[in-house]
Amino acid sequence: MAAQAQKANAPSRELLEKLFRTAYKIRVFESEGIKLYRQGLIRGYFHPYLGQEGIATGVCAALQEGDFIASTHRGHGHCIAWGADVKRMVAELLQKETGYCRGYGGSMHIADIRAGNLGANGIVGAGTPLGVGAALANQIKGNDAVTVTFSTDGASNNGTFLESLNLAAIWNLSYVLVVENNQYAVSTRIEESTRDVDLYKRGLAIGVESHQVDGNDSLAVYHLMQDAVEKCRRGEGPILIEAKTYRHMGHHVNDPGKYMPADTLAYYKERDPVDRARNALVEIVGLDQAEIEAIENEIKQEFEDAVEFSKASREITLAEFNEFVEAY
Amino acid sequence: MAREIMYRDALREAIDEEMERDSTVFIIGEGIAERGGSYKVTEGLLSKYGPKRVRDTPIAEAGMIGVGVGAAIAGARPIVEILYIDFAMLGMDMIVNQAAKFRLMTGGDGRVPFVMRTQGGTGGGVAAQHSQSLEALFYHIPGLKVVMPSTPADAKGLLKYALRQSDPVMFLEHKHLYMTKGLVPDGEHVIEFGKGDIKRPGKDVTLIAWSNMIPRTLEAAEKLAAEGIDAEVIDPRTLVPLDKDMILGSVAKTNRAVIVQEAVRRGGVASDIASIIQEEAFYQLDAPIEIVAGLNIPIPFNLELEKASVPQVDDIVLAVRRTLHSKPLAQAAE
Ligand SMILES: Cc1ncc(C[n+]2csc(CCOP(=O)(O)OP(=O)(O)O)c2C)c(N)n1
Ligand SMILES: [Mg+2]
Repeated sequence: MAAQAQKANAPSRELLEKLFRTAYKIRVFESEGIKLYRQGLIRGYFHPYLGQEGIATGVCAALQEGDFIASTHRGHGHCIAWGADVKRMVAELLQKETGYCRGYGGSMHIADIRAGNLGANGIVGAGTPLGVGAALANQIKGNDAVTVTFSTDGASNNGTFLESLNLAAIWNLSYVLVVENNQYAVSTRIEESTRDVDLYKRGLAIGVESHQVDGNDSLAVYHLMQDAVEKCRRGEGPILIEAKTYRHMGHHVNDPGKYMPADTLAYYKERDPVDRARNALVEIVGLDQAEIEAIENEIKQEFEDAVEFSKASREITLAEFNEFVEAY
Repeated sequence: MAREIMYRDALREAIDEEMERDSTVFIIGEGIAERGGSYKVTEGLLSKYGPKRVRDTPIAEAGMIGVGVGAAIAGARPIVEILYIDFAMLGMDMIVNQAAKFRLMTGGDGRVPFVMRTQGGTGGGVAAQHSQSLEALFYHIPGLKVVMPSTPADAKGLLKYALRQSDPVMFLEHKHLYMTKGLVPDGEHVIEFGKGDIKRPGKDVTLIAWSNMIPRTLEAAEKLAAEGIDAEVIDPRTLVPLDKDMILGSVAKTNRAVIVQEAVRRGGVASDIASIIQEEAFYQLDAPIEIVAGLNIPIPFNLELEKASVPQVDDIVLAVRRTLHSKPLAQAAE
C-alpha cells in the first residue's frame, strides 16, 4: 500500500530525463567551452556555471512558452535550461554572425528577446529591475506570463535588489526572484558581505513569500518552482527562492579559486547536481548504464556539431557594422 | 486651427492621446497618480486610465527606471517620470549600461522604447541638487535620444513621437517652462526627432539654443533687433539626433554662430555643436564661434548667485555683439 502510494507520487520518467538532459547539457557546454577558451577560440569573460546546474535546470523546467527570464554574468546555464539552441550559443561565444547576438554581445550579453530571454548581464544586480519590469509589462498587457530573475548572493547587497522586489510586491507581479547563493562574490565569502547568510529572509522582511532550497537538487528546485509559478499565475506573486549552491571552480575561467576550502568543495562535489539528476534516472526510473550513455553521447554530439557549425560560420562584416553605427 | 495652452497641458495631451491610442503605454512616478504629479502633467489620467496604467511608486529611482527599461524590453511602452533630473543619477546604470546598449548587445533584436520624462534647470532658488542641466551626460551616451522641447507645441509633438519610436528617450523638460503658454495645433500633432525649428528667422547671426534658453535667446534677439542686428534663432529641439543640416545651413547664410546653453560650459553640448560647425563650415565663418554657457559650478541657493551662474539675456546680447564686431578673417589678417 505504502509502496504503491509512493510510486503514484514518484516523478515521471519524462520529468527526470528532462532534468538530467538539461543539467548534463550545461555541464558539457561549460566543460567543453572552457577547452575552447584555453585553445584561444573564446575570448573575454567566461563565468562557468559548473556546480550550479541544478538551479537553472529545476527552475526552467517549471516554466512555459511565453514566460520570461533575466540572467546574470554566469548565464550560460540559464540560457541552455531556457531551451536555447546550443549552436547559436557557441557561435556567439566565438563572435560569429550566426550567434544569438551576431557576435555583438558575447558570453555576458547572450539574449534571445524573441523567446523571452532578456539576457545575461555584465552588471551585477541589473537583472532584478529588468525582470520586474518585464513582469510589469506582462501585467499591463494582461497575460499570465511569469518572469524569473536569476540573481545572486552578490546582487542581494545591491540597492536595486530591495527596490525591485518591493515594486514587484506592492504591484503583486507574477515574478519569481531566484537567488543563487553560491556563497561567493568572486573571492569574497558571503559571511564577509552580510550578517545573515540566509538570503530568503530578505524577502520575508518586505512581505514576500520566500523559500530556501538545496540548489544542487534539481528536482527539489523544480517542485518549489512549480508551486511558485502556479501561485504567480493565480496572481499571488511575487515569490523569492533562495537556492544554496557552490561553484566547482574559481569565479571565471582564469581564476584558480585557491581561496575555496578543499573540504567545502569536496562536500559540494559529493552533492553534484548532475550526478544527482543522473542517479534519479537510474534509481527511480531504472535506466541502465547504456541508456544513460546514449543520452550523454547525444548531448556531447550536439555540442560538437555546434562547434563545427560555429567554426564554419562567418563574422559580421564592417559594412554590416556600419549600418549599426548609422542607426546609433 | 490651434489653441493656446500651457506646456504642462501640452505634455498631458500627448500622454493622454498616446495612452488612448496604444494600450501598452503606461506611466509610473512619484505622486503622479491621484495627485497628478508635481507639475500637474498627469492630472486626470488616473481616473481615465485606472491604477494599472497610472501608478505611484515608492522613492526608488534606480528601481523605477530599471523596471521601466525592463518593461520596454519586454514590449510595453513605459513613461517613467523622475521628479528632478538630479534624481535620475540614481538610475544611471539602467540608462547607460542597460537601455542604451541593449540594441547593440543583442545584435539588433532587442529594442527599448523607454521614455524617461524629467525636468531640469534653474528656477527660483531650489539650489545645487535640484537645478542642474545634465543633458550632456545623456548626449554623451550612444543609444540615447535626447529631447529638450522649449514650447508647448514642441513638447506635445515630440512626446507623441517619443511614444511611437523604439529607442530609449531622455525627455528633458524645464521647470521654468511648465506654466508658459503657446499655440498648439489641433488634431494629430507629431514631431519627428532630428528636425530643428527656426524660432526666429534672421540674416546676421545664427543663435542656437534649446529648452529654457530659447525664450531668453528670443528676448536677446529682440534687443538686438533694436540695434539693427537681425538674429536667426534655431532650436534643434532634439540634441540626439541633431539637425546638423539646419544649423550648417543657417551658418552658411549668416557666417556667425553663437551657442547658448544653460548647462555648465565644460564638456557641454554647445562645445560639441561648435566642433561640428568648425569641422563642417569653417570657411564660412567670419568670426569665432561664441558659446554662452553656465559657469563651471554647482548652482548656489542665493538667487543673485543663481542668476550669475547661468546665461542671462544680456550675456547673449554681448556675445552676439562680439561676433559681429570681430572682423572677417581676411580683413583681420591685413
Ligand atoms: C555592478 C558591478 N560591480 C562589480 C562587478 C564585477 N563583478 C563581476 S562578477 C562579481 C561577483 C559576483 O558575485 P555574485 O553576484 O554572487 O555572482 P556569482 O559570480 O557568484 O555568480 C563582481 C564583483 C560587476 N560586474 N558589476
Ligand atoms: Mg555568488
